[in-house]
Amino acid sequence: MFKIVKRQEMSEGTVILNEIEAPLIAKKAKPGQFVIMKANETGERIPLTMADADPEKGTITVIYMVVGKTTALFKTLKEGDAYQDVIGPLGKATHLEKQGTVVCVGGGTGIAVLHPITRGLKEIGNRVITILGARNKDLLILEDHMRAVSDELYVTTDDGSYGRHGLVTDALRDIMEKEDVKQVVAIGPVPMMKFVSLLTKEFNVPTMVSLNPIMVDGTGMCGGCRVSVGGTTQFACVDGPEFDGHQVDYDELMKRLAAYCEEEKECYNEFCTLEQA
Amino acid sequence: MAEKSKKKDILRQPMPEQEPDVRRRNFDEVPVGYTPETAMLEAQRCIQCKKPSCVEGCPVSVDIPGFIKLIKDGDFTGAIRNLWSRNALPAVCGRVCPQEIQCEGVCILAKKGDPVAIGNLERFAADYERAHGTGELPPRQKPTGKKVAVVGSGPSGLTVAGDLIVKGHDVTILEAFHKPGGVLVYGIPEFRLPKEIVAQEVNFLERLGARVECNAVVGRTVSLDELFEEGHDAIYIGVGAGLPRFMNIPGENLIGILSANEYLTRANLMKAYKFPEYDTPIPKGKDVVVLGAGNVAMDSARTAMRLGADRVRVVYRRSREEMPARAAEIHHAEEEGIEMFLLTNPVEYLGNEKGRLTGMKCLKMELGEPDESGRRRPVPIEGSEFDMDCDLVIVAVGSGANPLLTQSTDDMQLNNWGYIEADPETGKTTKKGVWAGGDIVTGAATVILAMGAGRKAADSIHDYLMWGW
Repeated sequence: MFKIVKRQEMSEGTVILNEIEAPLIAKKAKPGQFVIMKANETGERIPLTMADADPEKGTITVIYMVVGKTTALFKTLKEGDAYQDVIGPLGKATHLEKQGTVVCVGGGTGIAVLHPITRGLKEIGNRVITILGARNKDLLILEDHMRAVSDELYVTTDDGSYGRHGLVTDALRDIMEKEDVKQVVAIGPVPMMKFVSLLTKEFNVPTMVSLNPIMVDGTGMCGGCRVSVGGTTQFACVDGPEFDGHQVDYDELMKRLAAYCEEEKECYNEFCTLEQA
Repeated sequence: MAEKSKKKDILRQPMPEQEPDVRRRNFDEVPVGYTPETAMLEAQRCIQCKKPSCVEGCPVSVDIPGFIKLIKDGDFTGAIRNLWSRNALPAVCGRVCPQEIQCEGVCILAKKGDPVAIGNLERFAADYERAHGTGELPPRQKPTGKKVAVVGSGPSGLTVAGDLIVKGHDVTILEAFHKPGGVLVYGIPEFRLPKEIVAQEVNFLERLGARVECNAVVGRTVSLDELFEEGHDAIYIGVGAGLPRFMNIPGENLIGILSANEYLTRANLMKAYKFPEYDTPIPKGKDVVVLGAGNVAMDSARTAMRLGADRVRVVYRRSREEMPARAAEIHHAEEEGIEMFLLTNPVEYLGNEKGRLTGMKCLKMELGEPDESGRRRPVPIEGSEFDMDCDLVIVAVGSGANPLLTQSTDDMQLNNWGYIEADPETGKTTKKGVWAGGDIVTGAATVILAMGAGRKAADSIHDYLMWGW
């Protein structure tokens, strides 16, 4: 069992932070890696990229958005409760390199995943410019954490309630036009990563994205997480989760993420009915 | 003389089974098992050969005439203890071993008629013990103080653990999944091997003193060298093959195409057949195609039928004769209405605008000259292209070596295909103190061959722990 030692709600309760006791994983975890989590006996295994790991405390932190049955079930777990299974660290760690000016673009809970990578890029001496995007002010997470590890930080919101009114790509274009950007890291919803990659391709700047497709085992055994990268099939769980953003077939990824949307609705509705009863 | 002729008169006792049109829509076990009376009757058929070839035909050398005689005498507890002395997993082996090419294939009675139903009797002894047994454990030798880590809790790992624990060693089994049993829980379906039985076999090892640690991905959570640093004296690797093969044809990433590994893992380990009681979904195809014709393909096809398919076709590029599945599995599948669509090879998957599978473009094949496997090579017939409708394809064309563990250590030699180089007699790898066996050495094979490899490795590990490398 893996005990929750700290729980926090963000974004009006739609995003949850869990700090979880998992000493073996915490000892090994590196930025960019993920864990597979399962709440209870009948639960589903889902992958979540870690937002942090503390080897001394023996804890890892994940931040997830409540989108369906499994995350709604996770949300019911309180401090002191435990996940039945946490497996990891899985996937390849981020390749961190000193390059000069780098731009980190985060959206939604992708910001949580971006945080340790941004910190790593900053620590090895890069000049880090960060752009965070959210639908509105209340849904923005980890702004202070990100500011602390960035040289410059910009926020965009879809409705203009905070920061710049617009999309992360608007802010990114301005930066790309005036700065000598060596690398872009983009983590967030698939459409965001797609449009960031299209933009950076115009400027020919290498771009790294982190993908979160449907997985079962997370060890390369099932192939459920296959993604097309540069025309070849890759398993996100062992070949990724990070890939060259210019090579990823985002449209295929978006379709594959919808593979079980009917079943997910059925499962979620049943859970919500039971919760209300 | 009189007794001999009486024995001859007893026919092989058939295994009672659920009727095909009932079982094709449920996940309950297909064979129901012998009653004590049937088992004792069947046991009488064994003529107790002085030089039993059945024992030589068994990869773990079970004392077959010995345990059968005990069943004949009604000493079922004696029978299970006899079995346990050579085989830690009798309830599993009685169900999934290919007896027809092993013990039963060489049974002297097979020369003139039906062999003794060794598998059914083994299963009976194990099931009887589970239902009525005393729970008394086999004797365990004095603790040696030596620690062994077994990586992977499939059939070979469980065999190694069972052998070494009774020899007095301290054994820890590490499993990457959240439940122990390896292919016995994620791969083989409930209707062939109830998961309750696997859990009991694992529990038996735990009662003997073995520790089982789940969620431990060796190569990620912990490395081989760290296991040595933690004080383990020897390591056995039995992680299975674990890398699904796909067809590598256009359209393979459409929704509705799954590896058999994924399909079966969802159904078996995650219990997706009980969705939404269990949270993991599984695609419920109406018109299902399974690619490949081995046991995994049969398991996949029969699972699809149980999940409510209208039609399930096994599509295979060779002919019936070359199908690698056990005859009994093919027979069971056909009884349940699964069609064998032979000498056919898909060349492209077809899909709609939502990225969902709608069919396959296929070629008709014919058999040419034998290839390196000795089987006649399938050759496409020119101009034979045709489309086949389907809404779910399960790819069961074999597996390769999963590199997750092997890539994490650089001093263990692999062959060209990524499998671990291990001495076939001892299971020793090129890394000191590390043994390997089962599918990660041989490529995908059977439960019992993996157990045979485990047995040899356990003997070698024991020698090492007592006398040195």
